[in-house]
Amino acid sequence: MLKTIAIRIVLGIITLWAVSVLIFAATEVLPGDVASAILGQGATPETLAVFRHELGLDRPAYVRYLEWFFNALHGDLGIAMTNKRVIVEVITPRFMNTLFLAGYAALIAVPTSVVLGIIAAINEGKFIDRFVNILSLMTISVPEFFIAYVLILYLAVQFEIFPSLSTVFPEMGFAEKIYTTALPAFTLTMLVMAHMLRMTRTSVLSIMSQPYIEMAFLKGLTRSQVIVRHALPNAAAPIISVIALNLAYLIVGVVVIEVVFVYPGVGQFMVDGVTKRDLPVVQACGLIFAGAFVGLNTVADVLAIMVNPRLRHPR
Amino acid sequence: MTRDMNETILKLTDLRVEALSGAVLVDNVSLELKRGEVMGLIGESGAGKSTIGLASMVYARAGCRITGGKIEIQGEDVRVLDAEGRRERRGQRIAYIAQSAAASFNPAHRLMDQVTEMPISHGLMTEAEAQAWALELFRALDLPNPDTFGNRYPHQVSGGQLQRAMAAMAMSCRPDILVLDEPTTALDVTTQIEVLALLKKLIRDYNMAALYISHDLAVVAQVADRVMVLRHGKMVELGETGQILLEPHMDYTKALVAERKAADKLAMIATTTREKPVLEGVDVTGIYGTFKAVKHVSISVARGETVAVVGESGSGKSSLARLLVGLLPCVTGEVKLHGEVLPPSLKDRNRDTLRKVQLIYQQPDVALNPRQTIGEIIGRPVEFYFNRSPSEVKARVAELLRLVGLPEDYAGRLSTALSGGQKQRICIARALAAEPDIIICDEPTSALDQLVADEILKLLKQLQDTLGVGYLFITHDLGIVRRIAHRTAVMLQGEIIAQGPTADIFAPPFHPYTEKLLSSVPEMRTDWLDEVLAKRA
Amino acid sequence: MKLFGYKPTSTAWLGLAIITLFILVAVFADVIAPYSESESVGQTWDDPSWDFLLGTDNIGRDMLSRLIFGARMTIGVALVTTVLSFLIGTTAGFLAAVGGTAIDQILSRIVDVMLSIPLLIFALIILSVFGSSIMTLILTLAVLDSTRVFRLARAVATNLVVMEYVEAAKLRGEGLWWIMRREILPNALPPMISEFGLRFCFNFLFVASLSFLGLGIQPPYADWGGMVRDNGKAISFGLPAPLWPALAIAMMTVGVNLVVDWILSINSRPSGASAEM
Repeated sequence: MLKTIAIRIVLGIITLWAVSVLIFAATEVLPGDVASAILGQGATPETLAVFRHELGLDRPAYVRYLEWFFNALHGDLGIAMTNKRVIVEVITPRFMNTLFLAGYAALIAVPTSVVLGIIAAINEGKFIDRFVNILSLMTISVPEFFIAYVLILYLAVQFEIFPSLSTVFPEMGFAEKIYTTALPAFTLTMLVMAHMLRMTRTSVLSIMSQPYIEMAFLKGLTRSQVIVRHALPNAAAPIISVIALNLAYLIVGVVVIEVVFVYPGVGQFMVDGVTKRDLPVVQACGLIFAGAFVGLNTVADVLAIMVNPRLRHPR
Repeated sequence: MTRDMNETILKLTDLRVEALSGAVLVDNVSLELKRGEVMGLIGESGAGKSTIGLASMVYARAGCRITGGKIEIQGEDVRVLDAEGRRERRGQRIAYIAQSAAASFNPAHRLMDQVTEMPISHGLMTEAEAQAWALELFRALDLPNPDTFGNRYPHQVSGGQLQRAMAAMAMSCRPDILVLDEPTTALDVTTQIEVLALLKKLIRDYNMAALYISHDLAVVAQVADRVMVLRHGKMVELGETGQILLEPHMDYTKALVAERKAADKLAMIATTTREKPVLEGVDVTGIYGTFKAVKHVSISVARGETVAVVGESGSGKSSLARLLVGLLPCVTGEVKLHGEVLPPSLKDRNRDTLRKVQLIYQQPDVALNPRQTIGEIIGRPVEFYFNRSPSEVKARVAELLRLVGLPEDYAGRLSTALSGGQKQRICIARALAAEPDIIICDEPTSALDQLVADEILKLLKQLQDTLGVGYLFITHDLGIVRRIAHRTAVMLQGEIIAQGPTADIFAPPFHPYTEKLLSSVPEMRTDWLDEVLAKRA
Repeated sequence: MKLFGYKPTSTAWLGLAIITLFILVAVFADVIAPYSESESVGQTWDDPSWDFLLGTDNIGRDMLSRLIFGARMTIGVALVTTVLSFLIGTTAGFLAAVGGTAIDQILSRIVDVMLSIPLLIFALIILSVFGSSIMTLILTLAVLDSTRVFRLARAVATNLVVMEYVEAAKLRGEGLWWIMRREILPNALPPMISEFGLRFCFNFLFVASLSFLGLGIQPPYADWGGMVRDNGKAISFGLPAPLWPALAIAMMTVGVNLVVDWILSINSRPSGASAEM
């Protein structure tokens, strides 16, 4: 089993490397000429040449990639094109903020939706299942900013319970931070909960149609014994991957939510970077998001390997 | 509790099970089982025998409902009980042994935990007592290393052992009644006989009442006191096992018995003087990854003859077929057609070569594209190999349908609405459409019910007589070999261990494996199992 | 009434009604809309009235008319993207399943790497380089989305390729193209149709999100995501202006999801959880 895990981790690292190549290629090689794209058609050849030199674009792509890659390995993500600030310094506190918000939402969403998903599955076809099903279908269907604005309209404007803008400062206390970020966290929670719940339900249902579940019922076990002892141990692996997938989804969902609530995280930083076409910033943010995404998937696969009885107890 | 031997322990009265779609799965079936009695439930697929087995535990699968009748265990109507009451009787009074042990054991738990779960959760035994009893059962069931056997996980033991472990699990509460649902069907014949003998001993030693469900009369005959024959959810006939085997009353039972008995005898197939072989495999070897599925095998088929390749699962007989048609490239030796060496890969063979050797599969369901009409399916080879015009194709399709005994107007239909036997006829028509010299038949009847299979065999034989086509017939069923094969090859672990005219293979002196194989096939008499076991011991 | 031989549930009918309504609105926008797409006809954020049924937007344009014209862009872009994505994804997916190990390995590894970057992040990176014209938007999203379609198409086709009727076609000597078109495609259609609905919803929400971030469909075209962005500030005055376009988006996806749910339920069988005990 250790070998399988090691292989999976190495695979994760290779993927991460391939992702860095792809991100670099997408931003640097594809357009042919970033400089003229940024400066516009009116730029004179001289200014273009100066700008290219300034960006280092006059060197071959692979040299620039290797430089960028090894700098990134040392924690140097370059300098922002627009305001010449060191990206790492700007991005670190923002990354912490994003992690805080995502973690906040995950702590509420993961247990609630897994439990609800299991409840829905074992009551398949009954009222509670249909209710949860329709409700989650509705939630999946609405865009994230719709939930956000409804929450703002009711919880921040009409009843002034929570602030509508979630501006946080490093000096803020923990409780205050929790309070300020309540609305974005709720929005994110609702967003991933619906998906996670439906996927949990589906994976538990597919376990429930296995012959050994029928056998467990024929052994005269109670419903709860069948579920706890026979269904859940086998549902663990699929549920873990459901959680990982949705946490990854949460990381992406954060981008829009941060913009709605003007929350100082990586997502908002990236959107700013894209609007201003600040490529080093976009690359850095892309690398961070993709890194978190790949990391989560690797962790999920490793956990799934660890709970698989066939791999835990080889022949 | 009195142990009155004449006491009725299970009684079903006018049992009725319906699917939610309205189809009647079990139609007013009644039966009575006394303590220590074994009743065989016999029938083809769709006869409702498994449904009856489950219903006697007051259980209906998803999509089905028990809609009528009385289910009594020792005089107590269990159908009117609430969920709790039904649950308490399951496992304790009546226990179930399923066909596929591999699917019925939870992959996440050790065997011991699963075997002892029932008595512990029903509050009948402490953990220590349950484990001691389980060890006794493991020993009684002849499991290897019984003391440590329970520590293993289901995927760590073989199919035959798992089936025995399931018997131990069923016995763990010392129930009064066992429901055995095709407990040996998924096993190879040589394993089947071992498990069957152990189950019989278990039932006898512990004086169990049992419902033994099977499609194979010969298997049931070894364990059952009485046999009930079912068809389409209705009872056809109920009688003592000997009476059903020797003098069945109803036509349907007579047909089943006659068909099964035919397999025991060697048909007198004249060994014709062999023509020149058309398809030959010379010293061929095939590998999957590092596993040698076929090892240095030589075999040949001529026009007008049937060569059977017989073996158990994993013996490499299907791989041999794949080697010959080019789906599996051979790493040694060569495949010849009309004396010419064929390229090893399918892609390099020309159309005419491909046309001359056709294949018929085991599962007609997946061998026919469900989105194509029968006319398209049969017409395509005609169009593809012979470049006929649409009207010629149509005429040829009609001719082929007639040839396999189907109405011409089937051409416009989809195959999905047809029965298994009709689908297999379509497959045969598709193969014939290419006008081949040789048809390789890969277990073409083993997915079919007995009587249907018999008709397909007759059709194949008749086609051989009229068209002179040669068959390479792959099967695990010695009964079929006896009936249709001119020549036979016995495969074991990728090698052919015996080959020759069928009459020679089935007559002494035997190869030891052939003898074991032959003696493991259940025969249509009640004392067969005891006789074989006595002989082997 | 039956549809493709099955009787839609009441929720499925609701979904179908919403989809039909929205598509009709998009097609006949010129006829239906009371005002033009870009003309300021009132004050900023006028309340709903008989003149302006849903009020006006941040620069005094009629909200209802903007919504009606917005249907064209928002639904149109998502639909074209999804169709394109399916063309690319299905072809590549089938090819990977039928064409042998080498082709499969190459395609699958490329897709694996692309899938390890979140879609939104990937889209943002590319749009930051190319800028967001409608053409680049559609092409970018279609290529990125086709990786998901590829996954499904490959999985479905891999399950079909092992079917013996496909093997029979190979043994007959049929070419790759014939096998893909005649043996695989007709059998892959049912799961691909419900996936089309889901991918459409996804792309639809995705385009709306990008427009909301200011990186999707650009002015002067009206689109629902952009309208939410333009009117976002109204919410802090307690005005529901951004909720109307957001609601339109939600209704469309709910409609499609209801229909997809019905299609999925046709093929699903009850699980063991519903057996009679």
